[in-house]
Amino acid sequence: MHRLKTLRSKIMNKLYFTALAAALVGAGVAQAADAVKMGFIYVGPKDDYGYNQAHAEGCAGVQKLAWVKAEEEASVPETTAVEETMRNMIMQDGVTVLFPTSFGYFDPHILKLAKQFPDVQFFHCGGLYVEGKHPKNVGSYFGYIDEAEYVCGIVAAESSKSKRLGFIAAKPIPQVLRNINSYTLGARSVVPDVTVQVIFTGDWSLPVKEAEAANSLIDQGIDVLTCHVDSPKVVITTAEKRGVMCTGYHANQSVLAPKGYLTGAEWNWTKVYSQYAQWISEGKSLTAGTIPHLIRGGLKEGFCAVSPYGPMVSDKAKADAEAAKAKFMDGTMVIYKGEIKDNQGNVVVPAGTGLKQQDISLESMSWLVEGVIGKTGG
Amino acid sequence: MNAASNEAAPVAVAPLATDLVSERKPQRHWRGMAEAVVIPAGALLVAMAVFGIFCAFAGANPFGVYGSIRKAAFGSWYSFQNTLVHAAPVMLCALCTAIPLRLGMVIIGNEGALVMGGLGATIAGTHWTSLPPTMALIAMAVAGMVFGGLWIMACGAMKLYRGVNEVISSLLMNYIAIAVLNHLVNGPMRDPTSLNKPSSYPIPDANALGTIPGTFVHWGLVYGVVACLLVWFLMERTTYGFQVRIIGGNIRAARIVGLPVGLITLSACLLAGACAGLAGMVEVAAVQGRANESLAAGYGYAGILVAFVGRANALGVLLVSILLGGILASGGILQRQHHLSDATVLVFQGIVFVAILYSDSLYGRFKIFQERAQA
Repeated sequence: MHRLKTLRSKIMNKLYFTALAAALVGAGVAQAADAVKMGFIYVGPKDDYGYNQAHAEGCAGVQKLAWVKAEEEASVPETTAVEETMRNMIMQDGVTVLFPTSFGYFDPHILKLAKQFPDVQFFHCGGLYVEGKHPKNVGSYFGYIDEAEYVCGIVAAESSKSKRLGFIAAKPIPQVLRNINSYTLGARSVVPDVTVQVIFTGDWSLPVKEAEAANSLIDQGIDVLTCHVDSPKVVITTAEKRGVMCTGYHANQSVLAPKGYLTGAEWNWTKVYSQYAQWISEGKSLTAGTIPHLIRGGLKEGFCAVSPYGPMVSDKAKADAEAAKAKFMDGTMVIYKGEIKDNQGNVVVPAGTGLKQQDISLESMSWLVEGVIGKTGG
Repeated sequence: MNAASNEAAPVAVAPLATDLVSERKPQRHWRGMAEAVVIPAGALLVAMAVFGIFCAFAGANPFGVYGSIRKAAFGSWYSFQNTLVHAAPVMLCALCTAIPLRLGMVIIGNEGALVMGGLGATIAGTHWTSLPPTMALIAMAVAGMVFGGLWIMACGAMKLYRGVNEVISSLLMNYIAIAVLNHLVNGPMRDPTSLNKPSSYPIPDANALGTIPGTFVHWGLVYGVVACLLVWFLMERTTYGFQVRIIGGNIRAARIVGLPVGLITLSACLLAGACAGLAGMVEVAAVQGRANESLAAGYGYAGILVAFVGRANALGVLLVSILLGGILASGGILQRQHHLSDATVLVFQGIVFVAILYSDSLYGRFKIFQERAQA
């Protein structure tokens, strides 16, 4: 029944848009004719002040384009549930472009559905696509948000009085380690003796442990906190309540900590999603090879951004942060420039070597840089 | 009954025996059967009405919402398949609580047993990669059931020999199981190419559990239905089930009449854990293809609810799992068509279950369902 309805509405849409297009072309205005139907799927709630909110904001941003129609579903676990949601969006809502945003959706769920629906394009956040191994209608995108973390590290180090920063992280995986390391390198680029104490909570969303970790770091005299967990809300509000400073992650959390929020590393998915929508409306596709299968970018490409500075940031900190940002924008900044030692004293990037952001070896990072107090565990 | 002395034994047996005889009698009668249908159905209607009010406050048209739920859960073969996919793992997990409940034990370690079962299945599936698919699946299923079974049997043993409260021990064992899973997939079992989502090596694609022909429902559903039917037969129609129910009814009396309480407790726990372990095997073999953190997706906790709402009866579990599957399958449409928040489906689930559990206290309260006194 509903299939029939979708079909009917599809035909009506086609007729309507053909008429519209004819009218527009007749009027001499070249415009995208058919609406681009996009589906967005999140693993948690849309208002988590974190990972999912960043994507939902991207969806809201792309929906402002009149020729984009977006469907959303939140709190979809990485099980058969996400396969069902993708299938429903395709079969019931006529979605042709899917953005299942959680990292764990990719294998096996997206790969399975992509084989079943070769005409639908699947874009996954995480940069996992491998040419020849994965279906042609799958693409992936990811941002070098550690660039924004580097800038946050500068602001944090210059704001800290105790010269001790705290970092609450979910798991010691490459993505997280890279953020911790870039943050620390940023901090030590302006205040060389600053340290970053890291605590791994073990999972992406453990509010109680995150609060305990935040409190114990503050009890030790640490006065700037940051984190890499799904929702930074608990860490940020705990820091504000205890009267210490913080830098945010994923989205802008300044409303949660109007006093102590220094700045933060934010995603700007609107930029990425609008780019994809543009390509698709121009008739480009992954299968035809006219949309690249992997896209990545940092501050320069607008994939991520640094939050506006809070009231406690000094002018010197602002100037140093802006200087670093300018170097990212003109492409001269290299975060991982030798010699870099890990916190066990081993040289991990030899002198004279500079690893650019695109360097593939950075994606399997397994060490913590000198200045970080903590262990990667296993 | 308090003094478990030898001379009390014959006295204790007599009332017990009549209890057991009278236990089945009303169920055969139409009034009892009508009661068993009308009360849960009434509870469901009340729940729908309350949820409708909730939806109206949230800005959606309740009747539109009801229509969408029906459409998304049971409205067509396509949507009913969605319901069944949701129901499959929950069924097996619910048996893990339902079986010990008949023994008078409240086991809530389903999630842990599922995770251990998934781990066992992964170990078997990645170790014997060259077996033909059928043999590999059998090996995985057996490994999953043994791992899950031993996990819950440990709770049973702690209760039996040391008097450890099984509610607490099985709950805490969930966290241990998840920690073991995380440790293994981050360490000894880790596939080094799984960088940002630590996982075990995958089981070969050829050995994966496929879908039932003509559907997109995986074979786990058949495992679940068969397990429910077998457990129902075992519990309701065999001496073993009878013994389990006696222990659940009065453990002292069971000891006095000489039932092997220890053996039955341990074996029932083993069986219960094996069901959840099988659910873990299905998650690995049919869905995830490997062991990682996605195994702990909350099916175990859903199973606890289903077991209680299904009144610890395996057929009840079967029906309630499908009902829950339908509720879960309608979560998406509530978000996409009615723009209700993602938590709405949990509100609905909560209202339905509270209503059904409350309705439990209404049995025997309506005169019309009472058996007439026999002349």
